[in-house]
Amino acid sequence: MVLVETRALVKRFGAFTAVDGISFKVERGEVVGFLGPNGAGKSTTMKVIAGFLEPTEGSAYVAGHDSQLDPVAARQRLGYLPEGAPAYPDMTVGAFLEFVAAMRGLSKPTTRERLGELVERIDLAEVWGRRIEALSKGFKRRVGIAQALVHDPDVLILDEPTDGLDPNQKHEMRELIRTLAPNKAIVVSTHILEEVEAICTRAIIIARGKLMADSTPAEILARAPARDPAIQQLVRTTPLEDAFRHITLESAGS
Amino acid sequence: MSKTLLVFRREFAGYFATPLATVFLVVFLAVSAGMTFFVANFFDRGQADMNAFFLWHPWLYLVLMPAIGMRLWAEERRSGTIELLMTLPVRPWQLVVGKWLAAWAFAGLALALSAPLWITVNYLGSPDNGVILACYIGSWLMAGSFLAISACVSALTKNQVLAFIGAVVAGFVFVMAGFDLVLAAVRPWAPDIVVQAIASMSFIGHFQRITDGVLEVPALVFFISLIVFALWLNVQALDARKAA
Ligand SMILES: Nc1ncnc2c1ncn2[C@@H]1O[C@H](COP(=O)(O)OP(=O)(O)OP(=O)(O)O)[C@@H](O)[C@H]1O
Ligand SMILES: [Mg+2]
Repeated sequence: MVLVETRALVKRFGAFTAVDGISFKVERGEVVGFLGPNGAGKSTTMKVIAGFLEPTEGSAYVAGHDSQLDPVAARQRLGYLPEGAPAYPDMTVGAFLEFVAAMRGLSKPTTRERLGELVERIDLAEVWGRRIEALSKGFKRRVGIAQALVHDPDVLILDEPTDGLDPNQKHEMRELIRTLAPNKAIVVSTHILEEVEAICTRAIIIARGKLMADSTPAEILARAPARDPAIQQLVRTTPLEDAFRHITLESAGS
Repeated sequence: MSKTLLVFRREFAGYFATPLATVFLVVFLAVSAGMTFFVANFFDRGQADMNAFFLWHPWLYLVLMPAIGMRLWAEERRSGTIELLMTLPVRPWQLVVGKWLAAWAFAGLALALSAPLWITVNYLGSPDNGVILACYIGSWLMAGSFLAISACVSALTKNQVLAFIGAVVAGFVFVMAGFDLVLAAVRPWAPDIVVQAIASMSFIGHFQRITDGVLEVPALVFFISLIVFALWLNVQALDARKAA
């Protein structure tokens, strides 16, 4: 069952084309790693899917609902972590999560149950009563993730969910995504390539707004150029990094 | 609970999250009291009414309401929370109305804190309390109009200072609309109907009719329509930014 779909998505800011004809589908059970260099258009694509930005051309669907034409139904099924995990700085963690739950139409008992679960899963108990402006970067990110999960959505769009987390929390987050995966369609953008091998069933690579690759991590690995054993690497790279560099730099024509 | 009410509650509490709310309330009371007693000579008038108090409200609100309204959307855009808010399963108008209501309630609170003055007037003489009540309602509606304009301007930028300046300029147009100075500048080249239309947008004109205690229904309708229109524009402004 296809839960996320973009069809020939184009997003222009003035004369600048940030997303240039991107089409892909994500089915239930898939975890798609969304990769690409800085400024490739990952966040912009995610914003369009979430319905925050209107596409210049093409369309995006969440659980079959057009995110522009049927926005409320689409958003009901969507959990979205925007880039940078924004949250109201003047609210406490608890008040903020309760606000989001209420805005999503969850009843008081459901909210209590869901938040209880998430607090344990994402380790938020110690900061529950603290104001968000006083949180460390990692905790802020975790609050953002809790916010995206509060209504147990079918679709998760997470923009750099592990950015700023410590190694233990990164591991926890990956495990969390793995446990959620079977029942959801998940798209995660990341700059950490091991993450793709660890949790993603598929990887999409974009560069300069164009889709460069859409296949399993193994197939992407196969696109890594052969290494010349004569050249000593100053900085050691993994094969996946080689593939990423090859695919994305090729688009820049260098 | 309705989504609008949830937004209202969060936003209203937001005003009190910083000392700014207290500062604002103190400034509002100090300035309005100062104008009432020193500029309008409340006591020398020897009249038991509150006209000296209400007289200055259009000018006071011109600056104070943009100060309340400037953060409504600009702050969300600056901090990125707008992305969160606008991807919740709610209609933009629910957010727009909820936010405006919070600002309006805050303005209402400031206005309510002037109640001691009303009590004093009753203690000193026997004013027409019906007129005073009408003045309060009119003043509050005018504050709502300034706030709706401010909220609308705030939706266009992520810079609160710009939002403030834009709202003051827009408000100034409405305050000045009734002045002969403005009308005289327009009259030579514009058809009569345009001159009348501009004159009829005057905040001061409508507010004066309310404080005079006559003919207040059309004036109330004017402010209410203006609020509705500005909030509608606010929704359009949010929509336009999506396509930007
Ligand atoms: N509101 C905007 N107005 C103009 N240009 C924009 C806007 N938002 C994004 N862009 C541009 O679009 C391009 C894509 O940005 P986007 O944030 O989608 O990149 P990204 O792939 O998420 O990068 P990163 O890895 O750094 O997060 C960038 O060149 C950016 O400058
Ligand atoms: Mg990004």
